[in-house]
Amino acid sequence: MLNSTRNFVSSDMETAPLLEVRNLSTYYVSASGTRIVRAVDDVSFSLRAGETLGIVGESGSGKSTLALTLMRVLPPAAQIVSGAMRLEGEDLVGKSENEMQHIRGKRIAMILQDPMASLNPLFSIGDQVGETLRQHEGASRRSAWQQAIGLLKSVRIPAAETRVTQYPHEMSGGMRQRIVGAIGISCEPRVLIADEPTTSLDLTIQAQYLNLLDELRKEHGIGLIFITHNLGIVAKMCDQLVVMYAGRVVESGPVRQVFNAPAHPYTAALLSSIPRMSNRRKRLIAIDGQPPDMSNLPPGCAFASRCPAVFERCRNEAPPVFTPAPGHTARCWRSAPEMAGSVAMSVGALS
Amino acid sequence: MRHYIAKRVGYSVLSLLLLSLTIFLFIRLTGDPASLLTEPGASAADVAAIQHKFGLDRPVWVQYGLFMFNLLRGDLGDSFYYQTPVLELYQSRLPHSLLLGVVAMGFSLVLGIPTGILAAIRVGRFWDSAGKLFALLGLSLPSFLVGLLLILFFSVYLEWLPSSGSGTFWHLLMPAFALGWYFAAAHMRLTRSSMLEVLGSEYVKLARLKGLPEALVIGKHAFKNALIPVLTLAGINLIQMINVAVVVETVFAWPGIGRLLYEGVTFRDFPVVQGVVILGGSMIVVVNLLIDIVYALVDPRIRLEQ
Amino acid sequence: MSVTTIPAALPMRTRTARMTDVPIIPSAILAIAVVVAIFADFLAPHDPQVGLLTARFKPPFWMTGGSTNHLFGTDQLGRDVLSRLIFGTRVSLVVGFTAVIFAGAVGTTLGIVSGYLGGWVDQVIMRVTDAWLALPALTFAIFLAAVVGPSEMNIVIILGLVYWTRYARIVRGEVLSLKEREFVRLAIVAGCSKWTIMWRHIMPNVINSSIVLATLMLGIVIITEASLSFLGVGVPPPKPAWGVMLSDGKQGLMVGYWWLTVMPGTCIMLLVLAANLLGDWLRVKLDPQLRQL
Repeated sequence: MLNSTRNFVSSDMETAPLLEVRNLSTYYVSASGTRIVRAVDDVSFSLRAGETLGIVGESGSGKSTLALTLMRVLPPAAQIVSGAMRLEGEDLVGKSENEMQHIRGKRIAMILQDPMASLNPLFSIGDQVGETLRQHEGASRRSAWQQAIGLLKSVRIPAAETRVTQYPHEMSGGMRQRIVGAIGISCEPRVLIADEPTTSLDLTIQAQYLNLLDELRKEHGIGLIFITHNLGIVAKMCDQLVVMYAGRVVESGPVRQVFNAPAHPYTAALLSSIPRMSNRRKRLIAIDGQPPDMSNLPPGCAFASRCPAVFERCRNEAPPVFTPAPGHTARCWRSAPEMAGSVAMSVGALS
Repeated sequence: MRHYIAKRVGYSVLSLLLLSLTIFLFIRLTGDPASLLTEPGASAADVAAIQHKFGLDRPVWVQYGLFMFNLLRGDLGDSFYYQTPVLELYQSRLPHSLLLGVVAMGFSLVLGIPTGILAAIRVGRFWDSAGKLFALLGLSLPSFLVGLLLILFFSVYLEWLPSSGSGTFWHLLMPAFALGWYFAAAHMRLTRSSMLEVLGSEYVKLARLKGLPEALVIGKHAFKNALIPVLTLAGINLIQMINVAVVVETVFAWPGIGRLLYEGVTFRDFPVVQGVVILGGSMIVVVNLLIDIVYALVDPRIRLEQ
Repeated sequence: MSVTTIPAALPMRTRTARMTDVPIIPSAILAIAVVVAIFADFLAPHDPQVGLLTARFKPPFWMTGGSTNHLFGTDQLGRDVLSRLIFGTRVSLVVGFTAVIFAGAVGTTLGIVSGYLGGWVDQVIMRVTDAWLALPALTFAIFLAAVVGPSEMNIVIILGLVYWTRYARIVRGEVLSLKEREFVRLAIVAGCSKWTIMWRHIMPNVINSSIVLATLMLGIVIITEASLSFLGVGVPPPKPAWGVMLSDGKQGLMVGYWWLTVMPGTCIMLLVLAANLLGDWLRVKLDPQLRQL
């Protein structure tokens, strides 16, 4: 499944990461200041040029807030409370709104979940695609229009010359999604974040769109971040994987490594819930229970109440980040060095 | 779409029928329609003529048929006071009402839209609260009271503006403001809520993600979309205004339809009262229908519906 | 993120307003108005309908020519403005409350029947509602007043006839969604009659919306009554209604007898403002779904 064509990743592993996130936290504070939701809590990861990073988690796990934090377009109630994010070595947290505006859409771009609602119904496709170019590259109206036609062609939209003059309602869902993709790559950003890019598309179009994004990544050496709850897509598309639960990164590492030897019971449970040809006779294991109340997290591990491999320490003490293997991290007491023997056994029993 | 429009036309025709039936029945409910439909102190011959015209001695459904027959011919009866057909009177007053309505609408939009936008982009903060206060005052100060206070201030004390009549631009200012005042509050509320909805939309989010400056995000992407429901309401309100203007037109002696209605009531000129109500209600039904049809033509979701 | 729970019991009045954070100023205004209306006979220093023609257009007491005998001055017939305002409060409140309750009772009942029974009953009620809503409220009220002639009682009936449609529309919408709820289905399965279901199960759940709407309508109804009285088709003079006082005051306005306009105007504004503020508060408290009103 993990194809080997993804060789754009430079073999020189020492190059500085394109995007580096260290201990990033974003909290929502209610108007009265009494309720705090730690939507993104102490998140770290890094992304290299040409690499694809998958961020997975249930809805409400903080993955979308993480994306908005990276773009610095948080709603007023949310704020970055600590941590750092560096794009090509440049800090983004300290940037003013004005400076961020020149980075957004130009060096780091994002594709939203809902292609139907992402385009403004009142402006032509050409206007909306060319808008970014006019803003960031200072393109004239005419040249932006011409470049928009080119962009539509590059995302395989037939009859691009007539399509630019049309309005969103005249397009199919798959076509709109590709247009949103074209807007995302219009200024050749270094990092492209795709938030649940395929949820509203049917399967054939999904596959086409994923291939398209992969090709764009290869062509332009983009660092691609995939936010999804679909591990099948992660297996197909990604090099690195970050698993989020209740605002925290519970496990991260190279996709193959994490898939073969999940260190966190949550990841293991997620993996066992992917329907696979080989094990379709087996019953899918559903994860019991509900995700915790984000404004009132338990003192220990947030997954403890649902964890099949829970033990006393999990309930009282939040696990720090352990490194079960080089490049592979997990926030689970079972990955603690002193627990070495028992982990594989209990997690293995799950899958 | 043809089906949709046919259905809307059907409903509108039904509404018009029910309107006429309502008015017809209320007049009959008083027990003595002849006394309403004839001039006070009319001769026996006049009363007999009216009784014949409306078939007052015949069964109710025949009466309704005659009533509708006259209506469809455009015969709304003659004014007792002016001795001219009501329809003609109405037509001669309509331009004044339209002029007042359009200028009042201008006032209400100029006041309501910017304050609504300001309240939406500063939601929960000072300008939002100020906007709420403004909306509340708009709904709580009846337009005739605003009119009287304007007269007191600008005509009596400052002696800047004429207190009544029509003819010049200056005559128009106070009535238009008094009439626009109430609607400004309504337009402000709608602008605010519609702007808030648009600001939460995915396409506004995308506009921000594109790195557009906030002024462009609001001025281009949000503004145009937020304005659609406001302008729709303004269209409906323009007709409402012409009909609601009765108190303002009375205060300022503005010769529009509202004033005509007031005269009708004061001079016990019943055909005029009845005519204004029927024509006013019909205008609103027809304008609502037209707005629906325009929407059907513009909105692809309705247009493509089978 | 949150857990959806399915209510096991009947959701009768799921939200009740906490009485601790009632907005003080509007409630105080309304309370004072009610007290003034009830005790008008004791509070008013003069007869509101009788005046001395020798004491016409006296200004309020703080102006030159005014006296403490007539605190807020006198009108064109020498009647005491304060006393007229006090009795006017009674007219406004009595007409306002009864009209709102009348319209609310008719509209809520028809809304429930229309929404629950559906079919041709629904069609008839909703078509009439649509047609009546097309008539501008004030124009319609003036027409009715011209037909039946002015009196306090008639005004209440007229306002009820003009405004019930607003309740019917909203209540019907609520009933349509309540109809699909578990507890109504249970009641149907349990063999309750249609009327029992409407009265016992539906009505208590829509009453909140009706109350909120009634509070919001109170201001509108008071303004409409004042407008009708101002135009001379409302409460017939010499009865001291605020709208009548404004109409009378117009004669003195051009010569600068401002108190005849400003005093009743302020009363109307305060009362309507208080009703609107309370209505807004109730709407947020009792029925967040009505916020779009």
